Amino acid sequence: MDHFPGTWGRPRNDVYGAYDPTYLQTTGPKTHTSSPAVTGTSVIGVKFNGGVVLATDNLASYGSLARFTDVKRLRVFGDNAVVGFGGDVSDMQYIDRLLESIDIRENYSTHGNMLNAKNLHTYLAKVFYKRRSEFNPLWNHVLVAGFDVDGKPFLSSADLLGTTFSAPHLATGFGAHLAVPILRRRFPEEMPIEEITREEAVSALKDCLKVLFYRDARSIDKYSIAVITKEGIDLKEDEQIEGQSWAFAERIRGYGRQTN
Amino acid sequence: MFRNNYDNDAVTFSPQGRIFQVEYAQEAVKQGSVVVGLVNKTHCVLVGLKRNAEELSSYQKKIIEIDSHMAIAIAGLASDARVLSNFMKQQSLGSKMTYGRPIPLDRIVGQIGDRAQTNTQHYGKRPYGVGLLVGGVDEAGPHLFEFQPSGLTHEMSACAIGARSQMARTYLERNLDKFMDCSRDELITHGLRALKETLSQDKELTVDNTSVGVVGMAAEGAKGRIESFKLYEGQETVPLLEALEQSESAGAGEGESMEVDS
Repeated sequence: MDHFPGTWGRPRNDVYGAYDPTYLQTTGPKTHTSSPAVTGTSVIGVKFNGGVVLATDNLASYGSLARFTDVKRLRVFGDNAVVGFGGDVSDMQYIDRLLESIDIRENYSTHGNMLNAKNLHTYLAKVFYKRRSEFNPLWNHVLVAGFDVDGKPFLSSADLLGTTFSAPHLATGFGAHLAVPILRRRFPEEMPIEEITREEAVSALKDCLKVLFYRDARSIDKYSIAVITKEGIDLKEDEQIEGQSWAFAERIRGYGRQTN
Repeated sequence: MFRNNYDNDAVTFSPQGRIFQVEYAQEAVKQGSVVVGLVNKTHCVLVGLKRNAEELSSYQKKIIEIDSHMAIAIAGLASDARVLSNFMKQQSLGSKMTYGRPIPLDRIVGQIGDRAQTNTQHYGKRPYGVGLLVGGVDEAGPHLFEFQPSGLTHEMSACAIGARSQMARTYLERNLDKFMDCSRDELITHGLRALKETLSQDKELTVDNTSVGVVGMAAEGAKGRIESFKLYEGQETVPLLEALEQSESAGAGEGESMEVDS
């Protein structure tokens, strides 16, 4: 013990040598924003005659752990717009607060909130692009559903880079690989959306969610689904995937406990 | 000699509760040449009387396009109006950029109102010496707003500001019930008639001193949702002034019979 309290309890330099500060990275870029932590998986959406339907499951994963099993990833904005969030959940909550403040600001105007889904999508794409340009991206891929200024059904995506993409049916994350081919087969390119009924669109999404639950290890069989029409938004947040069949699992070989 | 101690800055109230600098700014609006604005169900019309400083100079612009869906008509210090119109152009462009929508009229009018109000509450600042008529269309239809140097804004169905504008306001008040259902061209004629009321004996409306701006909802079957702002100046005003003349010769008989009634 010496008379320098600052050194008490520390490894002594005369015993262990001076501390090598290169172990402590004090410079260099911030890196904790460059990967997501708690994530939601796919969002899927389909346009139909007179509206759009959007669905997500209710899971927020922490890596491969199914951490939160009751997270609502569909966010209603105004009278007829819905945003579906895939990707980082805390960034989703941040965007949710942004949208809340826009909604409040808009409602102060004489005629209420006049932002439609298309305006909202434009805005979100700008937010994503600004943040990625600051090297501090919002780690999300969103689908925005609703109507454009002419009252036509609108469905478009925006991702963490600010890339936008629009199609009659869209999916983010794992769904982009598993759900889109199903939807394309169900509703071919040459089929006008006027020929797609609400029931067909909803049942197609339910089938996609089931396939995703079978094959996407970051998914769960509880889901939310929002049907957006001129009459308003029918949002169900506590649904269960019906008619599951795991018979095929018996025949799977190659991993797990069986050896042959 | 009487000296008013309460008009040295725009932040001090007089004991009567008035802010003289703001009232003086409002006088500047009354010095400006007159502008008239009016709306019907589909359109908003702005008309202005342009003045030239001297015989050889050009005429001062009275109507400034902010965006394809809106414009302002100015009365007062034109340079202050330029500051405000540049700000409005920026905001309008910003709204198109971030949301992809034309900025709603009440939003942008609120913003310039807020700006003007801060000028009446900060030491060393002065109020804008200009009054504006902001006309345009948004998703809720056509709108006309009046803006004053005090920061006060009102939505109007018809309005006139500037020198001798009382005569125009009288015309507008008398004919208010005709505006709402009249056609686009009739609305322009009403605007020009109101403008003409303000002229002194030796003046008249010419292609040089008349400025007309029109913006509205697109007609049925037309391309796009709005009829973009169109400014009529110089030779383009000829048909409008002719329509004014015709309506007056038609209205002359009407006027006489009204006099008989009274």
